[in-house]
Amino acid sequence: MLSPVILIPAVLNGLLIGAVYALVALGLTLIYGVLHIINFAHGALLTAAMFAAFFVHRLLGLDPYLAAVLLTPLFFVFGYGLQRFIIAPAAHGEDRNILLVTLGLAVIIENGLLYAFRADTRTINLDYAFRVIDLGIVFLAVPRVVAFGVVIVVALILWFVMSRTDTGRAIRAVAKEKLGAELSGIDVAHIYAVTFGLGTACLAIAACLLIPTYYVNPQAGNAFVLIAFTIVVLGGMGSVAGALLGGLFVGVVESLSGLYLGESLGQLGIFVMFILVLLFRPNGLFGERI
Amino acid sequence: MTKVRSGLDRRDFLQTSALGAFAAVTGIVAAPAVLRAQGASVKLGVLHPVSGALSYSGQQGRLGATIAIEEINAAGGIKALGGAKFEPMLGDAQSTPDGGNAEVEKMNAAGVSSIIGGYASSICLAASQTAARYDLPYLVDVGVADSIVTRGLKNTFRFGPGFGVIAKTALDNLVTINDQAGKPAKSVMIVHEDSLFGSGLAKLLNAQLPGRGFEVLETIAHPTPTRDFNNVVLKIKARDPDLVIPADYYNEYVLLARTMQQQRVRPKGIYSVLGGAASSYKFVKEFPEAAQYIMDCNHWFDPRNAKALALKKKVEDKGQFYTYEVFMNYSCVLLLADAIERAASADRAKIIAALESSTFAGHLMPYGPTKFVNGQNQGAAPVNTQVLGNDIQVIFPATFASAKPVFPMPRA
Repeated sequence: MLSPVILIPAVLNGLLIGAVYALVALGLTLIYGVLHIINFAHGALLTAAMFAAFFVHRLLGLDPYLAAVLLTPLFFVFGYGLQRFIIAPAAHGEDRNILLVTLGLAVIIENGLLYAFRADTRTINLDYAFRVIDLGIVFLAVPRVVAFGVVIVVALILWFVMSRTDTGRAIRAVAKEKLGAELSGIDVAHIYAVTFGLGTACLAIAACLLIPTYYVNPQAGNAFVLIAFTIVVLGGMGSVAGALLGGLFVGVVESLSGLYLGESLGQLGIFVMFILVLLFRPNGLFGERI
Repeated sequence: MTKVRSGLDRRDFLQTSALGAFAAVTGIVAAPAVLRAQGASVKLGVLHPVSGALSYSGQQGRLGATIAIEEINAAGGIKALGGAKFEPMLGDAQSTPDGGNAEVEKMNAAGVSSIIGGYASSICLAASQTAARYDLPYLVDVGVADSIVTRGLKNTFRFGPGFGVIAKTALDNLVTINDQAGKPAKSVMIVHEDSLFGSGLAKLLNAQLPGRGFEVLETIAHPTPTRDFNNVVLKIKARDPDLVIPADYYNEYVLLARTMQQQRVRPKGIYSVLGGAASSYKFVKEFPEAAQYIMDCNHWFDPRNAKALALKKKVEDKGQFYTYEVFMNYSCVLLLADAIERAASADRAKIIAALESSTFAGHLMPYGPTKFVNGQNQGAAPVNTQVLGNDIQVIFPATFASAKPVFPMPRA
């Protein structure tokens, strides 16, 4: 069963899927790194973004990849508003409250989607969805390769923003020392909201990359977020590079365990890994030691 | 709640004249003319999974049932009940057994005379059991699990064939097709969805295939829905079986076939038993290359039946596909209408009695006259089809085959 004929394609497929996982995790880790909260609404927001991508295609006939250009700024603004006008005021500065508010948001968004669109599983058919790139020994699905490329570009942009721009410096400052940042004149509430917006914008891109080959129903996002949490723990909370590498790694693990344990048990490998990381390296592979 | 209810609710009862009401409730329809003047109706529960993972099949089933109901109503309704019209109560099982149960409860409370549908085996099992508590006649449209009719439920009837018959026919025909081609196929891989339908079939095939000269290399289970078959197809590629036997619902079947095409995996044959998509005009039209040469053993209308062809045209004129859910449900409604006609009553117990003695032959299937033994229609049998060109041809039984099987698949 270890013949390279299936091992190589399985690993490559895993890497390609892992890239999208990484993007979802990137949004999560960004929000965690700065706001120090676990965003329970992440999955519901991803689902909402997938519905948005679906309906932009269905109603406006816009290709999902083009829709990303439209939806990314839209979801940035949405995320910004969510943090600035709902989560922050409702939380009164208490981390515990933020946790509960995001959980509440998740329930509201998910059930809102269920109410509006029912439990139907929807897919879109695009003629390039089943195109392949022939590498001789493997055929790689075009949408997956596109997704991989986009994720790498997004990660690079994010890294550039975080390390080279004033906003990025402000985000890092707030993450490290909130009071100090505030004293140096950084608008902390604004930076919080920008970070939340960036995290949500990542989801919009992920949704547009997923929808050509995946399906959407009101629970669709949850599968990814469970994996994203694993990636964040694996890569280290708040680490961009950790999220990217963790995502790719988890993708490969899932692909291989799916291959050897069967489709129904495919995600088992991920969660076994999750427990092992928590046991032996609780700060993650790239996390700073506390 | 009374155990046996008539098909009339309180309002109908009050509206109907004393004589008419008395006649209907007691089942002695002495004055049909009176009832006709009052416009009585017979409530019929039409239960399908029209949302969720099985929504396409459910909607197709609902389409078939509603067309039949409209036609019966347009032709003057149930004559024995003074031209009473069918009043369908549409239910959505949401692709889960629980959803099916909830709808049966609602339908019972609304006073339906009987229920048809269910589609998936798991939904049919649960819904018919719930209906049995109210002695509510339940006519299964598709659900093939043998256990549906072996529980001794008096209220449950299945018009179509069950697993046992289908699997036996499918295996017999597979052996014949393979023998005729000079036995090119020796090894098999089974890909199945992991609920009642797929797992049951996989178990049966695993037990039966070795005795018929086929080696089962591997059996792969996957959940419904699954949106990625790359791993499954990689495994098929690695084991290189002569035959692939998928047992999946529509979406997964299509995805599997397309992924096989994408990864250039071409076994000698794809032979499915109740393949969710293999004998679907929708699949053939949308993905003709992936569907080409796929063989299936499935429910199929009698191609010599003029009524079946007329319905095909009608459905296609509506811009819909003529899938097996459509003609199975259409036939079930006709069968039920015939029973109510003979019972001359919307009373549940009388409908059950009429179904038990049914000899209805006016349906669209190649089954002959209906005969229920313990709820199972004895004449029900599947047909073998193959996708050839842009059409679906019948390749077995020989009495009405429209083409010869093409096996092994020509290598592209």
